[in-house]
Amino acid sequence: MSSIHDQDSRPLLLEGPSLGLRLVVLAAAAIALMVADQRQQYLPVVRGWMSAAMYPVHWAVDAPFSAWRAMREAMMLRSGLQAENIRLDSQNLLLQLRLQRFEALERENQRLREAREGSARVAQRSLVAEILKVDLDPYRQRVLVNKGTRDGVFKGQSVLDAHGVFGQVTRAGPVSAEVIMISDPEHAIPVQVNRTGVRTIAVGTGRPDLIMLPYLPRSADVEAGDLVVSSGLGGVFPPGYPVGLVSEVVRDTAQPLLTVRAQPLAHLDRDPEVLLVWFDNVVAEPVEPAAGAEDAAPAAVD
Amino acid sequence: MPRRPGYNWRGILPLLVGSLAATVLPLPDWLAPLRPDFMALAVLWLCLVSQRTTGLFVAWSAGLAVDALSGMLLGQHALALVIIAYIALKLQLRIRAFPVLHQTVVVLGLLLLSEFTLFWIDGVAGHPVTHWTRWAGVLTGAACWPPLTGLYARVALR
Repeated sequence: MSSIHDQDSRPLLLEGPSLGLRLVVLAAAAIALMVADQRQQYLPVVRGWMSAAMYPVHWAVDAPFSAWRAMREAMMLRSGLQAENIRLDSQNLLLQLRLQRFEALERENQRLREAREGSARVAQRSLVAEILKVDLDPYRQRVLVNKGTRDGVFKGQSVLDAHGVFGQVTRAGPVSAEVIMISDPEHAIPVQVNRTGVRTIAVGTGRPDLIMLPYLPRSADVEAGDLVVSSGLGGVFPPGYPVGLVSEVVRDTAQPLLTVRAQPLAHLDRDPEVLLVWFDNVVAEPVEPAAGAEDAAPAAVD
Repeated sequence: MPRRPGYNWRGILPLLVGSLAATVLPLPDWLAPLRPDFMALAVLWLCLVSQRTTGLFVAWSAGLAVDALSGMLLGQHALALVIIAYIALKLQLRIRAFPVLHQTVVVLGLLLLSEFTLFWIDGVAGHPVTHWTRWAGVLTGAACWPPLTGLYARVALR
């Protein structure tokens, strides 16, 4: 049996460059890599291949968990299946009812938009991706999904789940992609309060159950319970998808801005799978700030 | 076994791959911050305990693999690991003579240095993580040293 000890093969006397020199060279290489990686345009290909090379490790770590899930599904008892079927049936009925109204509304909306010469963006294509059960950096709200550029995934693509906006793709490798959730402290998403049309930005906090709307003036019309939807400004996210529910509004008269907390609607910490979506025009028309403010004002009055 | 120059990859690779898997193994939320830097432990073990079977390049590549695996800035762990590997190799002969407890203190210092390097790079790259739990992994890592050396040694000396 070979072990690490019985095959000690390097000569006692150092050969080649000294240890110190090698340290300097390798450290310099690491720093060069970091600089190149930080300015992202230089390295995406290398990064893509490296993430593909690491995919077997991700897969192997995830495998027991997904096998367990599959087994549990296969072993579900008949009674359990029946109960679930009944539940899904009634849910389906409810959703279809809602859909009927939704279709009428969508047509009306389309007409109104045409009248305003705006363009509606509706999801064209979507792809279900499984979230791999691996822990990336515990301090960032990111996950790895099992679809990559081979499936047409691209950087900046928006990711939804059944309940709302989940996040966006930050890095797309050939077979896997990294998704940053809306709750990551480095993530911000342009949103709109559904009830009043007030526009603002929702930023993550690092907790999967909390996002903040830090840029609302004290006079803004926001209340606890308001639905926050994506506004579509910025062109990454499609407009009109639910992002969160306002859970708390703190009006401190000493502060010029409100403290608004919201709870993400997407099940960020317990989704087994998410939807990657494509929209017909991803690049939004540039919106001038003045025009945006004018747009928001009448909406808030109505 | 004939003596060939170069590394003993058959001994090193399983250890490195195992450490990679342990790095991304899902843990419950309360336990995740306590996860030690397994790759740093593996590199330290290779540098300190095993006899001249490893070098800086192994540490550097292992760090790069960790970066690619966990989606960090490419080169971040490579730099941290190559620095502690250098110190470990320099002090190798002295540290190997230490009793386990004494070794653990040295390992604690090296893990702290590695974590500080990562912390510093995070800050320079513009997304600092200042939460105190970041340093908890250093303590658990050092606490893992005595049992891990025992385990590694048993596997390697089989």
